[in-house]
Amino acid sequence: MNWQWLHRLGSPRWFYEKTNAWLPWLMVCAWGLLLVGGIWGLGFAPEDAKQRNSYRILYIHAPVAFISMSCYYIMAISGAVGLIWKMKLPFMVMKAAAPIGLGLTIVVLATGSIWGKPTWGTWWEWDARLTSYLILSFLYLGVIALQQAFQNRDTADKASAILALVGTVNIPIIYKSVDWWYTLHQPATLKIVGKSTIDPSMLYPLFVMIVGFYVFFTLVLILHTRTEILRRESRSQWVKDLVLGKSNTKGEGAES
Amino acid sequence: MHPVRKQRLILVIAGVVFTSIAVGLMTYAMRENINLFYPPSKIVSGEAPHNRNIRGGGCVKPGSVVRATDNLDIKFILTDGVADLPVRFSGILPDLFAEGEAAVVNGKVDDKGVFNAEQVLAKHDENYTPPEVASIKNSGDHKNDQAVCKGMNYGA
Repeated sequence: MNWQWLHRLGSPRWFYEKTNAWLPWLMVCAWGLLLVGGIWGLGFAPEDAKQRNSYRILYIHAPVAFISMSCYYIMAISGAVGLIWKMKLPFMVMKAAAPIGLGLTIVVLATGSIWGKPTWGTWWEWDARLTSYLILSFLYLGVIALQQAFQNRDTADKASAILALVGTVNIPIIYKSVDWWYTLHQPATLKIVGKSTIDPSMLYPLFVMIVGFYVFFTLVLILHTRTEILRRESRSQWVKDLVLGKSNTKGEGAES
Repeated sequence: MHPVRKQRLILVIAGVVFTSIAVGLMTYAMRENINLFYPPSKIVSGEAPHNRNIRGGGCVKPGSVVRATDNLDIKFILTDGVADLPVRFSGILPDLFAEGEAAVVNGKVDDKGVFNAEQVLAKHDENYTPPEVASIKNSGDHKNDQAVCKGMNYGA
């Protein structure tokens, strides 16, 4: 099998120049979707029969929770690709994903607590869902710490990729924890198989928010990766040209 | 694919698979401890320890809530459809505590088999419905309240 396409994809310069054109579009889409979904969900969707208006935090909590777990897979798979093919770009994506993931988990834990207090009657409970999710937060923290802990870049990348890969076992546990054990957290509302237990009038804005947050996440991940590319490739000629303004990225560079 | 890369790929996959199996076996061994609460049937049958802090969880039996008129004392029955557990509590309940809804209680079982709760938490279900839709569904009898709880899978 010919794996050359993968290696072309792994070129930091190719990625940097290719994503230049995507950024404005992603920005417009992310803002548009989040604004529409946010106003729709917070202002126009009907209130819940039992929770009244406090359920609306769902429009942030649930999409960010989904993405925080997808982000972990992106980080771990990038780490695996980096380990196996010894490519530069995947390790940069892995490093860029960790602080974003940590930020997402903090948002989820905070919004969950704020919702939990009026709904359950407690900010925090050590049930399987909440605890395993807290571990996800620590795993992101661990990857960030390992990146900083080594002088040598290769060692840091290898170590954090291994931690990221080992941590993937936690994702299905988080997802299934509410079904496998008795927890305080309710089971999933949006189901992969079967009917979702949310009224369509509340589901549509949630769907817009999920897509919007995914686009936003893609944008932030690309921006972080680009920063990391510039940092790591700072000695290469094309970055020097780019920074010094001698850039020909729009012309010849894009073709090479 | 280059043989060295293939070897590394196999190594990575094997690593993920083996850690998954290890963690899977560990969580399977600890499955009883990972549960946040005991269902009423296990407390009534004596499987849960008496006079020690434990959590119980189940559905608040419709029609079982009795409030004192002069203080905050409250009595209700938690059920999992198999056994009924009488619970006593004194304090302020969360807003979502209701008959036919799930609740988690934290406290001790006394020798008479009554659960003296220090804390009562409302366990919310996964359903989100606007008030108008809910009132259509709930019009009439109490059966629907039970149905909400029945979907929560407490039996086992």
